[in-house]
Amino acid sequence: MVLATAFLAVFAEAVLPVPRSLLGAQVDLLPALMIYAALNTSLATVTLLAIFGGIWFDTLSANPLGVSILPLMTVGYPVFLQREFILRDLSFAQVILGAAASALVPALTVLLLLTGGKMPLIGWGSLWQWIVMAAGGALATPLVFGFFDWCDNALGYKPRVEPSFRLDREIRRKKK
Amino acid sequence: MFKRNNYLALGAAVFVAVVLLSLPTSATSRLKLAFGSLFLPLFGLATATQQLPTDLAGSVLPRRELLRQIDNLRRENQQLKIQQSQSIAIARENDYLRSHFGWPQQTAWQLKLANVVLRDPANWWRTVQIDLGSRDGLRENLPVMTTDGLVGRVASVGLTRSQVILLGDRNCRVSARVENPGNDIGVLSAGGPLDNSLVELTYLASGANLKPGQNVVTSGQGGIFPKGIRIGQIVDAQPVEFGLYTEARVKLSANLGNLEQVWVVMNPQFP
Repeated sequence: MVLATAFLAVFAEAVLPVPRSLLGAQVDLLPALMIYAALNTSLATVTLLAIFGGIWFDTLSANPLGVSILPLMTVGYPVFLQREFILRDLSFAQVILGAAASALVPALTVLLLLTGGKMPLIGWGSLWQWIVMAAGGALATPLVFGFFDWCDNALGYKPRVEPSFRLDREIRRKKK
Repeated sequence: MFKRNNYLALGAAVFVAVVLLSLPTSATSRLKLAFGSLFLPLFGLATATQQLPTDLAGSVLPRRELLRQIDNLRRENQQLKIQQSQSIAIARENDYLRSHFGWPQQTAWQLKLANVVLRDPANWWRTVQIDLGSRDGLRENLPVMTTDGLVGRVASVGLTRSQVILLGDRNCRVSARVENPGNDIGVLSAGGPLDNSLVELTYLASGANLKPGQNVVTSGQGGIFPKGIRIGQIVDAQPVEFGLYTEARVKLSANLGNLEQVWVVMNPQFP
């Protein structure tokens, strides 16, 4: 489910003109998904999301293939290790983690590109794009959590709740 | 805290990333094509979704408006036919004079219309993907333009899709000529990350007589872009590197932020 959402999210980022046409930058949804995966799923899912999410993103982009894997893993792995200490159900925690992840992933990707001798388009305007990406990621993270909660409720297995009423324990009231 | 599984997961991600990054370019482009084919079913869906508002608008357009548009198109078509016949006569005259002076003959551009299907999801590249590929005869470095002006060049070609690097990306440099008395030549390089309508024209001569509004066209040098394609207009200019050369800002004629259809020049010719 997380991987399918990542696949569609990457495609949507490449197809949809907003918010790029309005704010001058496209918001990346993979860091928000990574925060959800790190807090609620297994380490295998986190790893697969980093690998396949990164590959899908790089496929539709001019990035060298594989450059987005390490930044996503750098965000997901520490959050997964520390998730027992994070109040994952609080929207505030989700927003803060989403903002941090959405700021860190593009910064690390650009750093890797520059280290590899590539020439990404960066300048003072990139600062604004970075803020938009962090803010967009911060807003997207609680939405991602809400979406998966809704999916769990709609599609997931619900255990049957046993009623407390039992025939053999019925209290019979009689007139004496 | 650190279990064996944790190390395995981390190692797997690092291993895949390192392997992919160390592959040669030809292998990574083939892998990109393979992974890109996974998105093929979604392309049709996206195109249909994008087409929906146009179809809806078309279905509710009044008949009178449609007739008026048809009338306008007919009139425009007639004007273009007259202009075409005039152009053919001029081209014949040009061919005759070229043969007279022993210059090589020019042939008309063969153009192919392509739809822009994807934009780069990363903010630090300026590329788009079009729905033409190697099966349509596309190859790397073909110029791409709109009726307004130059857009960029084909960077990589798949079977059904190709990636186009737009003007303003650091990987798309164009030799450009300013239409002024000095015919100054410079190199069109990167633009700013936010405003994709402005790009820099660098390495112009230090004494270049540049004025706002002067047209900038391709110079034909460099072996990729044919001569005379409109690029844009000079906005302002300033000397840089202690007056060693001049740098100008150029406002692009083509609207790169709202590309829907582009033309690929299939047979670019150079002087």
